[in-house]
Amino acid sequence: MRTFTRMLSPRLWVRTPRVLPGFGLSMGLTLLSMTLLVLIPLGGLILFTATRMTLVEFWEQAIVEPRVLAAYRLSFGASFLAALLNAVFGFLVAWVLVRYPFWGQRFVDALVDLPFALPTAVSGIALTTLYAPTGWIGRWLAPWGLQIAYAWPGIVIALTLIGLPFVVRMVQPALEQLEEELEEAAASLGATRWQTFYRVILPTILPSLLTGFTMAFARAVGEFGSIYFIAGNMPYRTEIAPLLILIRLEQFDYVGATAIGVVMLLAAFALLLIINLLQWWSGRYRL
Amino acid sequence: MAGGIVFRADTACSRGGHAITESAWTRRFLILAALGFLMLFLILPLLLVFVYAFGEGLGAYFRAFTEPDARAAITLTLITAAIVVPVNTGIGIAAAWSIAKFDFRGKQILISLIDLPFAVSPVIAGLIFILLFGARGWFGPWLLERDIRIIFATPGIVIATLFVTFPFVARELIPLMQAQGTEEEQSALTLGASGFQTFWRVTLPNIKWGLLYGIILTNARAMGEFGAVSVVSGHIRGQTNTMPLHIEVLYNDYQTTASFAVASLLALLAVATLAVKSLVEWKISRDHAAAAREAEQGRTG
Repeated sequence: MRTFTRMLSPRLWVRTPRVLPGFGLSMGLTLLSMTLLVLIPLGGLILFTATRMTLVEFWEQAIVEPRVLAAYRLSFGASFLAALLNAVFGFLVAWVLVRYPFWGQRFVDALVDLPFALPTAVSGIALTTLYAPTGWIGRWLAPWGLQIAYAWPGIVIALTLIGLPFVVRMVQPALEQLEEELEEAAASLGATRWQTFYRVILPTILPSLLTGFTMAFARAVGEFGSIYFIAGNMPYRTEIAPLLILIRLEQFDYVGATAIGVVMLLAAFALLLIINLLQWWSGRYRL
Repeated sequence: MAGGIVFRADTACSRGGHAITESAWTRRFLILAALGFLMLFLILPLLLVFVYAFGEGLGAYFRAFTEPDARAAITLTLITAAIVVPVNTGIGIAAAWSIAKFDFRGKQILISLIDLPFAVSPVIAGLIFILLFGARGWFGPWLLERDIRIIFATPGIVIATLFVTFPFVARELIPLMQAQGTEEEQSALTLGASGFQTFWRVTLPNIKWGLLYGIILTNARAMGEFGAVSVVSGHIRGQTNTMPLHIEVLYNDYQTTASFAVASLLALLAVATLAVKSLVEWKISRDHAAAAREAEQGRTG
């Protein structure tokens, strides 16, 4: 009986005695709004598929169906390439911003966050116009037979723009916390600058770089607005998975749309879990 | 996480010594490569929006906003933001207060759950509300009987936007409030302040800059949301088209100048958002420097 009353006591799950007021109110409001706005709708998505489809139907319609499979391949493939581009150039931008003072640095630093604030429809029409065969950049590539807009390279470029801030903003603080002594020690032990980079700096930064990479990838997988304009949206070729959901919905195929939605949602959950694990890993080495 | 306010000391200038830096030519090359990348992916698209918007002169630019459909789209976007921003600001402050000022089990899980709308595709954000409130959704028949329209109407657009912008204020405030601890609030309470007075007089002045950026970012995302809104809006011209959807309609109609004119408003909003962020970072680092100086004087004096 005593253990039972102790289990009910808030002391067990609230670690420090509560001095400040308002825990019940603020926590209650948070949980209520989150349940109504986020958890019930997302749970409903999974429940809808579970009640309307058998596992075999789900497998046939949402996984192995050729058009759906092509959309997944494009969504995940292009997102991977874009995240890779961001890992390389995002690292470079972060490195330059932290290490080399140059004129206009503060402006460039502020500019990095542009993709967070710029609506995807705006970046979508701007990139499409830029890379279309008559566009500022597209017209120089068209004579070489290079098609960017309305083809998969355009999708990669739009996804790179969307994910650009993630790697920079993850790597930047890690580079700032890097201790100068480590590099001095490596140099005094005879390491070349390049050796110091890939044997001392890179391993220390790696958890942050991987976190940024995964965040950029996760953001790209779900992206819709900018791709809608630049992709050309041809079935089997330039049709991303979120667009296929929209097409199924417009055909009133709620079950088919939801099934693809469930696959994308599970992918998002998995990526969120990986991001959390990576952040825990990078946090372990931080002082 | 990404997008947050970061305050940092100026480390770039303090690094010296030839052993731990690169040659001048390597540095120049790397700076140029980084700037070239940003030029290609950020500056050129942004520049293009304004060049195309003003391409046919000021007259054509302003004509794009006098059209009734454009006015309706701007009005709908403003209404949506006017509902979404205050609601999500309130929820965000409550979430940050409970997470940052108290210790409890499952805190990490709660933070991840708050981030969830950020990880979910905007199309899925629209889809879930179609399943709940659409004509063939769970509450569809019930709503139809009572003649309440949510999907393909303003309420659906507001709800989808609420979902998409749910995490932003909390994400800005949680790290800021965690770093500040609870000592100041505890002193206020000891001196007899009520809970509300403590929040209003102690906590709020401490978080005001971070809160400002959170609100501005929520506003930019609410006004610019495309995917989720596109699913629930039904694209009824002059009725359920927000600014981003109006841009889409104009662009697909080959009305390039008009579509870039409307886009330029949202691009300006994005630039203003970044300006506020820079200002906020500057204010926070200045406040920190001032606090550090005071502490130093207290010790020596």
